[in-house]
Amino acid sequence: MKKLLSGNEAIALGAWEAGVQYASAYPGTPSTEILENFALYPGIKAEWASNEKVALDNAIGASFGGARTIAVMKHVGVNVAADSLMSLSYTGVKGGLVLVSADDPGAFSSQNEQDNRQYARFGKFPCLDPADSEDARRFMATALEVSERSQTPVLLRSTTRLSHSKSVVEFTEPQAREFQPLPKFEREGEVTRVIIPAIARRRHPEIEQRLQAVAEWAESAAINRLEWGDKRIGVLSTGIAYQYVREIFAGYSILKLGMSYPLPLDKIRAFATEVEELIVVEELDPFIEDQLRAAGIKVAHGKDIFPLCGELTLAKVRAGAIQAGVPVEPLPGKVAPLAELAIPSRPPALCPSCPHRAFFYNMARQKRHAMIAGDIGCYSMGVMEPYKSMDMLISMGASIGMAHGFKQAGGQESAVATIGDSTFFHSGLSPLAAAVYNHVNITVAVLDNRITAMTGQQENPGTGITLQGEAGREIDIAEVVRAMGVTFVEEVDAWDVAAVAKTLKAAMQHQDGPAVMVVRGACIFTPHFKPQASLQVDPEKCIACGVCFKVGCPAILKSERIYEKTGKQQTKIDPLLCTGCTVCQQVCPVGAIERGSE
Amino acid sequence: MIKHKNFLFVGVGGQGVLTASDIAAQVGLDLGLDAKKSEVHGFSQRGGVVESHIRWAPRVGSPTCEKGTVDVLLAFELLEAARWIDWLKPGGDIIVNRQQITPMSVNLGQANYPDAEALLAALEKRAGRVIPVEALPLAEKAGNVRTINTVLLATLSALLETDPQLWENAILRRVPKRYAEVNKVAFKLGQAAAKK
Ligand SMILES: Cc1ncc(C[n+]2csc(CCOP(=O)(O)OP(=O)(O)O)c2C)c(N)n1
Ligand code: SF4
Repeated sequence: MKKLLSGNEAIALGAWEAGVQYASAYPGTPSTEILENFALYPGIKAEWASNEKVALDNAIGASFGGARTIAVMKHVGVNVAADSLMSLSYTGVKGGLVLVSADDPGAFSSQNEQDNRQYARFGKFPCLDPADSEDARRFMATALEVSERSQTPVLLRSTTRLSHSKSVVEFTEPQAREFQPLPKFEREGEVTRVIIPAIARRRHPEIEQRLQAVAEWAESAAINRLEWGDKRIGVLSTGIAYQYVREIFAGYSILKLGMSYPLPLDKIRAFATEVEELIVVEELDPFIEDQLRAAGIKVAHGKDIFPLCGELTLAKVRAGAIQAGVPVEPLPGKVAPLAELAIPSRPPALCPSCPHRAFFYNMARQKRHAMIAGDIGCYSMGVMEPYKSMDMLISMGASIGMAHGFKQAGGQESAVATIGDSTFFHSGLSPLAAAVYNHVNITVAVLDNRITAMTGQQENPGTGITLQGEAGREIDIAEVVRAMGVTFVEEVDAWDVAAVAKTLKAAMQHQDGPAVMVVRGACIFTPHFKPQASLQVDPEKCIACGVCFKVGCPAILKSERIYEKTGKQQTKIDPLLCTGCTVCQQVCPVGAIERGSE
Repeated sequence: MIKHKNFLFVGVGGQGVLTASDIAAQVGLDLGLDAKKSEVHGFSQRGGVVESHIRWAPRVGSPTCEKGTVDVLLAFELLEAARWIDWLKPGGDIIVNRQQITPMSVNLGQANYPDAEALLAALEKRAGRVIPVEALPLAEKAGNVRTINTVLLATLSALLETDPQLWENAILRRVPKRYAEVNKVAFKLGQAAAKK
């Protein structure tokens, strides 16, 4: 059957077809849909881990047991998993183990645009780079074979553009399959999977040999494909960049690399001598180019004409080609951008009725006494207008540790950490333990919206529902925090503006180690959220003071009506957007906002 | 016979841009061509901009269009048509839903939503055909506001002079059966909108 599949759907399909029996992941754009799709296939187990290191550790256990397995994460997730990953290279694997890293060139939804191909070189294991969905599906099988044959972890690297593009995939309809128990566990004869120093020293040269063997295989592997054309120019490319090359350098010779590490250097050398000029087109780092230069292969052009930063596009590849003097067809002309009218930008905003709103409304009122360390999730939007209530944000789980360090270094303001429920389970527990242990007076606001919202509503340990839809045990955050020895623990209704204010103030004054407030209210995209009738503004009462705009709700608009005393525009509420959370009603000083008639 | 087409669908999160672009890519396949589509939807759920590229060709390489090569810009929202206008190729066409969704900066009174007629005039100056569609009222008339994307796809099918049945079938395969009838009505209304 022939179907349009996204890169992520194809990776999931490829994993299932290749007999992956267990998969673990932590959500993160652009990787999230891989496990969501894999979870739907028969005869497999797929899980959300609490963070990426846990996901990889889960996969390692499965592999050592003999199962084929994948661990899936976004690029920065690999940083979290890196400790295990670097030593997994030393232990090697048993059942094929593929780490899927979905990178984000362009940083569309990430804190950086690191190029994770570098991990392959750093950790000395292969990296495969599919260029479309069909590649993604097939490369998964190849990656697992290489992994098993060479006893190595393999990195399958996607990018946002690959993960979130659909292209044609041909496959046979998946059939029913039974989950297979593993064979009886066999203890190793010569121990390699207990990576104590003596074994690490023994393994290191073996790993270097393993890499050499993979490089030799790469010389003739089908995933590295020659497309001969005009030999005045030879282009070497990999991943999604190949698609731009195929269009812009149409007619010239192309070497499409399916594996960016280790490289088939002899094959590339032969290609380079056949063509007059070798051009390397790759996204982000000069990863291949540097290796070629180090090997003494003459590269005519690479990062001198193609950008180092950001996502590649057809336009950028065309511009580079023209700069290199390649006779490519120019574009017929241009349409001028609309400059005569100011086009307002459209930044994202917290949804109407979002449970994070009342907290940030209050935080903005308290911020002159506070330093606010933020974390990653929908609540990162606390940095924007009208709240502007976030002073630092760096990586998942960092808020608590940063608030801690700020305070211990002598910070005079209250130090507040804001962290979501999913992030709390990801990497909030250990910094909280450190804060309790060192008796640090910080406020930790756990914004518990009962879901991992930012990445599209995935369940997490706080909700207790598993990826495959089974109800497990909900971990109660307040209970956990109390058990850790926190002496101020209060739960508060996320939509009760006054209660949130009171709890926040009390927490900021607490002087006996960390104070934890759990702000509870379900994200509007969860089944727990119950929309209510929309609110409306009574024009007889509204004094156009603008306080309601400080809650930052997309449903609150400037009205055409003018408040006569001041000549200012009154407020109106968009009845299609409003779901009646009442936060604006609670802050209105004159009671002008009331429930609509519906 | 259509051989190559580049489409850019733009709008605001929640408007159904991504479903519509899935359908348009599928129609490309149904026409016997290769098709790819690519979207950016990081913050779409929270009222941000959504963009989706669809390309039809005998063999498609890049899943994204190049700025200046878009044959048809389909904007689900008026302001978004203006924002993305320079992706159009000279002489390219625009289908634009007249619906206005104000960004937060406008709600907060920090920016203005440009005048609708001035926006349309500016689009006219730059494009081949500009087809404004009252997609929201038409969808309401069809019986469900969520059929906006069906209305707009129908307008596109008429503009392209492709077999409308292909489009309608592709849409009906995507929507739950109980919504088949409203979508059929929405499709008729959208087709008519192209003829005005
Ligand atoms: C290391 C790492 N893993 C994953 C992500 C992707 N990511 C961004 S926010 C987020 C979780 C958000 O959930 P939560 O903390 O509950 O906040 P919410 O969005 O629900 O408000 C995730 C997984 C990331 N940015 N970094
Ligand atoms: S998705 Fe949920 S948590 Fe995120 S902004 Fe919307 S309501 Fe808030």
